[in-house]
Amino acid sequence: MSDRVTLGIDRIKCDGHGVCADLVPELIELDDWGYPIIRSGAIPQSVLPHARRAVSGCPTLALRIQALAARR
Amino acid sequence: MSIALLAGPPAAQGMERYADHQRRLGALPPATELIASIERSGLRGKGGAAFPVATKWRSVASQRAGTPVVLANGGEGEPLSRKDRMLMEQRPHLVIDGALLAATAVGANDIVLYIGADHAGAMQAMQRAVSERPGSERARLRLVSAPVRYVSGEETAAVHFVNAGIALPTSIPPRPFERGVDGRPTLVQNVETLAHVALIARFGEEWYRSLGVAGASGTTLITVGGAVPQTVLIEIHQGMTLADAVNIAGGITSESDAVLLGGYFGGWVESSRAWGLSLDADPLHRLGHSLGCGVVAVLPSGRCGVIETARILAYLAHESARQCGPCTFGLRAISAAAGRIAGLTSTPGDLERIQRWSGLLAGRGACHHPDGAAGLLASAFAVFSGEFTLHDDQRRCSIVNTQAVA
Repeated sequence: MSDRVTLGIDRIKCDGHGVCADLVPELIELDDWGYPIIRSGAIPQSVLPHARRAVSGCPTLALRIQALAARR
Repeated sequence: MSIALLAGPPAAQGMERYADHQRRLGALPPATELIASIERSGLRGKGGAAFPVATKWRSVASQRAGTPVVLANGGEGEPLSRKDRMLMEQRPHLVIDGALLAATAVGANDIVLYIGADHAGAMQAMQRAVSERPGSERARLRLVSAPVRYVSGEETAAVHFVNAGIALPTSIPPRPFERGVDGRPTLVQNVETLAHVALIARFGEEWYRSLGVAGASGTTLITVGGAVPQTVLIEIHQGMTLADAVNIAGGITSESDAVLLGGYFGGWVESSRAWGLSLDADPLHRLGHSLGCGVVAVLPSGRCGVIETARILAYLAHESARQCGPCTFGLRAISAAAGRIAGLTSTPGDLERIQRWSGLLAGRGACHHPDGAAGLLASAFAVFSGEFTLHDDQRRCSIVNTQAVA
C-alpha cells in the first residue's frame, strides 16, 4: 500500500453506528442522522493507527483504507 | 424536424420496420476499427454523464475476466424525459444495430435490451424489431422490462436487476465494466448513444462531426416541455442554443423566469441566461450546468420555482433506494423542510438547515441520487433566492396565492 491513503466507505453497508467518529474524530464527524462525514485527502501518518482501529471496529465492515486516488 | 436519428419516416407512422430500415440505411456495416472511429467522432454518452463513449468501450474490451455483455439502457426513469422511449418507438432498429456493433467492438456475445416497464410503446416496438431480425441476431438479444422507478436506470441498478431481480444500485467498486451481468465485464450504454453509433458506423466520423460544431460533434435528442405548446422530442445539431431548441418546439407560450435544464438531476437557470446557452455537455459543465439526459423544461409564468423545487425534491426523496443513510434520512429531511417553505408553513431555521444539509449530500451515496438532489437544490437557491426568503421570512409567495403544494 502506498503512503498516500484515505478512508473509503461502503455507503450501503454503513448503518450509522458512529463507532468510527469516536475512534478517529480527526477524520470523521457525524451528520445530523449519525452518518459519517469523512475528511477528504490523505490520512496523516500520526492518525493512521486510529484510522486502522476505526476500520477494524466498524460493526458493519463498511469502512476501509484505500489508495488516495481510488474513486470514493 | 429530422436530422440524423429521426431522419426517415415521420413519427406518426410509428416504428420503422426492418425492411424499410435496411432499404434506407443499408445493411449493418462491420465493426472494424469502430472504437477508434467512435473516438474520433467525439461521441459522448447520452444517458446523463456525457462520458466519452470510446473510453468506456475500451475499458470493457480490455477486461480479462470473462466474455463481456452489452446492456442497452432504455430504463429512462427521468420523469421529464421522453427521448429514449420515443426513439425506441420510432427507430428500434437503430438501437439494435448500435447494440450489435458495440457487442462486436467489445467482444461481447449477449445483449440485454433494458426497457422501462411503463414505456409500453417502446417495449412493443423493440419486441417487434427483435422478431424481425435474423435468428443469429435474435439469439443474442434479450429483452428485459425494467421496474418503474427513478433509480432503475442507474447502471449498477440495471445490472443488479438483470442479475438478481433487484433494481437498486450496488456499491462500487466493482463497476459494471469490471463485473456486471453474470459477473462479466458489462458495457452499460444508453439507447440513444447506441443509435448514434449505428449511424457513425455507416457514414463515418467526419460526417458525424460535421453535424455539430468544433468541440461538440453530432446531434442530440432533447425533450422540450413546460411553457411550450406541448412536450415534444426534437433532435438538434450540437452547437445550437437553448433558444433554438425552444423555437423548434414551437416557442414559449408564456413569459418565463427560469428553465430547468437537464431534468431532476440538472438545475435551474435564469431564463435571461438560459436562452443563449449552447446545449453541449462541456461548455455547460464549465458554467456549472448540465444537459443531463437532454431535458429542457421552461417554467411557465404563474408557477413558483420554490414550489416546483419542493415538488421535485419530494419525488426524489420518495424515489431514494433507501440504502444509504445520508440519502434516506438527509434527503427526506430536506424534502420535508422544503415542502414547509413552499407551503408557507416553515419553522424557524428551515431555510438555513436545508442550505447546510444540501451541502452535505454530494458524494455520500453509493450512486449519485443524493448528488443530483443537492445540485438541483443549489441551483434553486441561486435562481429563486428572493422567493425562498419571501416564503420563509414573510410566509408569502409572490406568484401562487394559495398554499398549494403538489
